[in-house]
Amino acid sequence: MDKITLSINGNAVSVAPGTSILSAAQQAGVNIPTLCHHPDQEIKANCRICVVEVKGYVNLLPACATLVSEGMEVKTTTARVLEARRTILELILARHPQDCLHCMRNGNCELQNLTSAYDLRQTAFSKEPRRLPADFSSPAIVRDPNKCILCGRCTEVCSTTQTVHALGMAYRGYDALVVPSLGQDLLASPCVMCGQCIHACPVGAIGEREQIGELLTALADPQKIVVTQIAPSVRLAIAEEWGRESGSLPMEQLVAGIRNIGFDYVLNTNFTADLTVMEESRELLERITTGGTLPMFTSCCPAWIRFAEIFFPQLLGHISSCKSPQQMFGALVKTYWAEKTGIDPAQIYSVAIMPCTAKKYEALRPEMKDSDYPDVDLVLTTRELGRLFHMTGVNPFNLEGSDFDSWMSEYSGAGVLFGASGGVAEAALRTVCQAATGQELPPLDFQELRGMQGVKTAELNLNGDIIKVAAVHSLSNARELAEAVKAGESPYHFIEVMACPGGCIGGGGQAFTSSNQLRACRIGELYNEEKGRILRNAHDNNEVKHLYEDYLHNSDESAVHELLHTHYSPQPKVL
Amino acid sequence: MGSLSEIKKQFQAELKASPKRIKVVVGLGTCGIAAGGEKVFKALDKYIKQNELQADIMSTACIGMCYAEPIMEIHIPDGPRIIYGNMKPETAVEILKNHIYEGKINVGYAIAQETRGNQVIEDIPELKDIPFYSKQVKTVLGRCGVIDPERIEQYIAADGYEALEKALTTMSPVKLIEEIKISGLRGRGGGGFPTGRKWEAAYQSNDSKKYVICNADEGDPGAFMDRSILEGDPHALLEGMALCGYAIGADEGYIYVRAEYPLAIRRLRKAIQDAEKMGLLGQNIMDSGFNFKINIAAGAGAFVCGEETALMHSIEGKRGMPRVRPPYPAQSGLWGHPSNINNVETYANVPAIVRAGGSCFAEIGSANSKGTKVFALTGNINHTGLAEVPIGISLREIVFEIGGGIQNNHCYKAVQIGGPSGGCIPEDLLDTPVDYDSLLELGAMMGSGGLVVMDESTCMVDVARYFLQFTQEESCGKCTPCREGTRQMLKILERICAGEGEPEDIPTLERLCRVIKDTSLCGLGQSAPNPVMATLRYFQSEYEAHIYDKKCPAGVCTNLLKFWIDETKCKGCALCENICPVKAISGERKQVHYVDQEKCIQCGNCMAACKFDAIVRA
Repeated sequence: MDKITLSINGNAVSVAPGTSILSAAQQAGVNIPTLCHHPDQEIKANCRICVVEVKGYVNLLPACATLVSEGMEVKTTTARVLEARRTILELILARHPQDCLHCMRNGNCELQNLTSAYDLRQTAFSKEPRRLPADFSSPAIVRDPNKCILCGRCTEVCSTTQTVHALGMAYRGYDALVVPSLGQDLLASPCVMCGQCIHACPVGAIGEREQIGELLTALADPQKIVVTQIAPSVRLAIAEEWGRESGSLPMEQLVAGIRNIGFDYVLNTNFTADLTVMEESRELLERITTGGTLPMFTSCCPAWIRFAEIFFPQLLGHISSCKSPQQMFGALVKTYWAEKTGIDPAQIYSVAIMPCTAKKYEALRPEMKDSDYPDVDLVLTTRELGRLFHMTGVNPFNLEGSDFDSWMSEYSGAGVLFGASGGVAEAALRTVCQAATGQELPPLDFQELRGMQGVKTAELNLNGDIIKVAAVHSLSNARELAEAVKAGESPYHFIEVMACPGGCIGGGGQAFTSSNQLRACRIGELYNEEKGRILRNAHDNNEVKHLYEDYLHNSDESAVHELLHTHYSPQPKVL
Repeated sequence: MGSLSEIKKQFQAELKASPKRIKVVVGLGTCGIAAGGEKVFKALDKYIKQNELQADIMSTACIGMCYAEPIMEIHIPDGPRIIYGNMKPETAVEILKNHIYEGKINVGYAIAQETRGNQVIEDIPELKDIPFYSKQVKTVLGRCGVIDPERIEQYIAADGYEALEKALTTMSPVKLIEEIKISGLRGRGGGGFPTGRKWEAAYQSNDSKKYVICNADEGDPGAFMDRSILEGDPHALLEGMALCGYAIGADEGYIYVRAEYPLAIRRLRKAIQDAEKMGLLGQNIMDSGFNFKINIAAGAGAFVCGEETALMHSIEGKRGMPRVRPPYPAQSGLWGHPSNINNVETYANVPAIVRAGGSCFAEIGSANSKGTKVFALTGNINHTGLAEVPIGISLREIVFEIGGGIQNNHCYKAVQIGGPSGGCIPEDLLDTPVDYDSLLELGAMMGSGGLVVMDESTCMVDVARYFLQFTQEESCGKCTPCREGTRQMLKILERICAGEGEPEDIPTLERLCRVIKDTSLCGLGQSAPNPVMATLRYFQSEYEAHIYDKKCPAGVCTNLLKFWIDETKCKGCALCENICPVKAISGERKQVHYVDQEKCIQCGNCMAACKFDAIVRA
């Protein structure tokens, strides 16, 4: 198609038709500030910080919402534009608490960056920050409505990407406020704790429930042996905490870093990811061969579980009974691992480092005590791990690598795949094929299940039977498939659901601020890592084999089931 | 049902009073009802029935003279129509009694007469001669206050639905749009966008589903033009919308009317039902194959829902918030379908244009603003009410001739035109012709037609504060400049009115005005600074008096007032001392009293109580 030529600050720029002024300016290397704009979201044009002067128009125009036209003359640096932007910033600041030093977004805040860039030393306006209580009701997510600048990014991701509608706009004008459904606290809302609102927020109005303090107390307690598991997706994002490229920190150095902080044992959630593959594949085959409830949904994403419990209680029988890797790990670390190492399970303080906020909630679910202790005592996000590194001064990039501790750390490529949408399905298919046919899947890669597409599908021929598989990420896509299952119109046998865009690598606990572009980078690194593994199938994991032979097969069946499986119950939509 | 012309013939006879019977008409628009018209109606009805009088009683809507409500008209057989104002039930009955039994006319209560070709009755001015009427040109309001709005037959008898019949039988949509373009009709809701061009854009959008939307969310303080049309001539709106539907290819319409207009909603519902029954709305209208259905959506009272995109969101059941344009409603409107939005008065103008032709309509008005405009006159003016004037008339004529000048012989100070989105106009600009473009130049706007007249006892800073209070309360909260900026402006204005203004407040206000106007998302925000800009432009000295001299020249801002006692007038009666709620006044009996300025709360009770005009305020 023909390009459109316009001028920005007197320089000719040629861009494709349908391009916004904002995007045209970016292409021309001209920076236009934004706040309500998010690359993965609809154009809202709320904040008005991106206004520019366009010849022939009476008013300034929002660059995000105005499409270029041939011969358009745009100016982004006039006194009028700068006065407007500075005034808008001043207006936002008059309402915003000025406690940046205490804010979790300090140094990583879009509003703070703009304030610095626009040289705002004082404001002419009367300061009236809201004085509302912060919402600490949720075990995963904390909201401080006082910091909210009403950009609408969190409500959009919650209602459009996730179709959860836990957050919405209430009241009008100066009193307008983002509130959980019906103005209740977040826990009473249908919030599924996915934490995508945290990534959407340009300021520090939403964050995870921080638990670094609890960890430090445990580390300082001589009676406690602090054992951590770390999820594969954490490694893919943690380097971003130092401004480095996604996935650039090797696993060995990350392990060394965590040891340097003072953890006693470092183990790997990938181990139970492989175990999950084993259990889930068996369950799927069993359902297929015995005429069980199909399709079967995956169960490793706690936000999806809560979503299903709230919005699709009639489908709970479709969800695999397997615990998530985190919770299988938690149940085993205080039983199997304690036995193997001879450590008193009462002394074990079980920590999980996760890319996820919903995992904090999952660990607190009342049924998650099958080891007779809380299976997981504490969940930290990737960001909290980053803060721990900064706090302790440990920089893993400068350390010699270190290996994981034994018995629950070996992992195959299958476990690695869990981090990306489609990965669980791919890993399961490899093991299902082996179990059903006795043969390895040729080739191992399922390209159809990879990438950022919302709904991905694949088929597997099992001795002439076609197994239909779908993998979805983002709960809006999950809702569509779940509706089809509800209506009895779903052709699939197996559906993988990840609540976060891109899967766990895009989790709500990952480094600020995840965009789809960044998620795609992390996914690329994940597949590189997977390819490099010598073991690529869960069923080839020796430690897993050992677990089955040495422990699980010797225990009675119901005890095994209890450790590795769980159940679900309907949750009210709005309390 | 017979053909339109048969019905017309039949009911035209009815519309003329029967030759032997007296016809009594009571105005029961909202203004009439508020003034007690229903009681007058009931008393008259009872009296007629009890005495089995040779008289018919009917109700009508607002005739425009709201200042004289409740209004009763008596149509004498073969005689004039006499309009009586300020009726009470007993006076109305008394007047009727005199008419019937003694043939006597009560000249004292009569405001005007219409001779209808009969002999003039002395001492009662003729309707066409009283200034309130003589300067008006009634096209849109022609039937308001004349027909019974709840009877479709009377609308038909007054040429109703003829335009629709004409369009459906003799005009193509393109021809119809052309006719609207020729007429030069511009949107009467505020912006003044050419109606024909708007329709054309919706016509050109390709979609099997389109909507016609009527914006009846009249929300400006002091504006009630649309309400009067809805209450007084609902079929004119329905016919205008049906014509628009035919022109753009829509088969469904929505009237978004504020829930605070219950009478209007009731009459609209009835009008829609009646029109559907007669085949003038609904399926296969007048056997033309054209279908058009009209729904009513009641708005919950948010001012911003008068903005077209917010209005559509509200109809869709979403939060009433505007969205960025483009796409314009003509491309993607209600539920994503092309939609045409006009306000009540715009649609109500359409049937007359179609009947008489666009060029006939264009004969009235000024070069770029054609036709008439209805204004709602309120404030410190003698004749509050509705006036329909040819566009281009001067403000002076509206205020001093139609409006009868300023109440209580006070002096004119300014007129706020265009409501909270408009601006005020001082005396030296009163000869400005009222049209879209001239008003914009003065920093005001035609708006929907609210005209609030203010005399010298009005503080212009306080007026700006009042309108800002309104807009900041009604801001939806979506965009930063409107949400936060109007609040900051209000804070500054409140400070100035409280005597705490600082010299830098004026430049800060000016900066906020510039930025809010320049960057707000919708018309509400873009026009919110207008009242401040206009008062700063024409009355800056009043701001300065508040800020530098800590004085309110109009004596309105109580924090800046001082009350003291003129020693030469005080008789020491102690009335003021007794009435003062804070014991700020003291003095010996029969001696001059004094006000303790520290204690005084400027309530003004003393001033009202003093019988010797000894209390001075400044």
